[in-house]
Amino acid sequence: MDIHLDKKTACPAVIHPRWLRACHWINAAAIVLMTLSGWRIYNASPLFDFYFPSEITLGGWLGGALQWHFAAMWIFAANGVFYLTMNIVTGRFAKKFLPLTLRGLQQDAINVLKGKLAHADLRQYNNVQRAAYLFVMVDCLLLVLSGLVLWKSVQFGLLRELLGGYEAARFIHFYAMTALMGFVVVHLVMVALVPKTFIAMLRGR
Amino acid sequence: MKKSNLGLSPGDAEAVVKEAQQLLARQLDSSARRRFLRQGLTLGGVVMLTGCDLRETPDVDSVLNSFSRFNDRVQGWLFNPASLSPEYSADRIAKSFPFNAFYGEEDIPQVNGEQWRLEIAGLVSDKRSWSLPQLYNMQQVDQITRHICVEGWSAIGRWGGVRFADFLKLIGADTTAKYVSFKCADDYYTSIDMASALHPQTIMALSWDGRILPPEYGYPMKIRIPTKLGYKNPKHIQVIEVTNRYTGGYWEDEGYNWFGGS
Repeated sequence: MDIHLDKKTACPAVIHPRWLRACHWINAAAIVLMTLSGWRIYNASPLFDFYFPSEITLGGWLGGALQWHFAAMWIFAANGVFYLTMNIVTGRFAKKFLPLTLRGLQQDAINVLKGKLAHADLRQYNNVQRAAYLFVMVDCLLLVLSGLVLWKSVQFGLLRELLGGYEAARFIHFYAMTALMGFVVVHLVMVALVPKTFIAMLRGR
Repeated sequence: MKKSNLGLSPGDAEAVVKEAQQLLARQLDSSARRRFLRQGLTLGGVVMLTGCDLRETPDVDSVLNSFSRFNDRVQGWLFNPASLSPEYSADRIAKSFPFNAFYGEEDIPQVNGEQWRLEIAGLVSDKRSWSLPQLYNMQQVDQITRHICVEGWSAIGRWGGVRFADFLKLIGADTTAKYVSFKCADDYYTSIDMASALHPQTIMALSWDGRILPPEYGYPMKIRIPTKLGYKNPKHIQVIEVTNRYTGGYWEDEGYNWFGGS
């Protein structure tokens, strides 16, 4: 009976439900695998005048990197579909990420710069957070779509044309990866500044 | 190998190592070669050998292989025979089309076209071999398509030759068979699914850019499949076999995805 009561009182304090935490960490792992193997694939034929140091890549050689990339993509995609579906079905999406207004974004951005933004209630995202999370969702979608064009450029012909062709898709894929890395850096810095968010993503509270 | 004539940047050093690795690998038998190629001759590889190497864990390896087999099935299922690879105008043809093989340009096989015979094996009713003039006399088709390499780069080129579906029909191939496999004069080998073999853009290429197919691009005949990556476009073909037996491929046996389609 005690446990039951505990559960009841604990319920309102839950910040992240279990399914969301699972999604977050599976996604984090998939992104690490896809990025490190992706860098190795990039090295086989670089778009720019630089290479990623092989020591920080995954796969050992192009074939190995491709195997990791094309395995982790299923985890990344399946987890992403589950995440979006759950968000919409449970109403979490509208509750957490909307509304997002330009005015609110300006206000919160100013507050961020002044260091005035409070994190008292981790269940509430401010406008800057909402914008950042919506941005990274769109960016991940772009990574998947451009990746589909690189993988199956003939079978996804319409998508290929929408993205400007095979070669353009390579650049889009690269820039979307870069943007994702930018998000990850800011995300990790914010977590380091507000460590209780890390605990919340592990324990749910 | 595309950029090997630039200065020795870290990437070139890597390319040199990769080449040395491939040369050494050819001296080894297939199981040792696979292990060798997988471990790699890179600094990273050496470092990893001393520590915990995820890739050498059989479990991880078999999981990755299962995903690759799963990807073969997904690609077979996604493959639409009516989806065509885009064709381009002549002004889009690459100025210098890259040479690419598992060896350097000095090792390009020099095939004698007069003596060359195309051998036919497996599930076909007519197993007679073919001479080059016989193939030249068949109806020729032309295409300007994009060649996409597994490394990521791509180049547009012009190939002409015999539509492979026409040829398979002519030799009475069992088109319900699963695979068509190829053996080449440079010891390269690969195999493809029947659906891709019958695709209208899959051709036995005999010409390149309006002239007889040059040695570096696969003289006397290469299989040009614009719906597949470069390593599924074998050169210097010697034997074509229609079969239900999975025969893999040179790179596929090292870990490249077998379907390799775009």
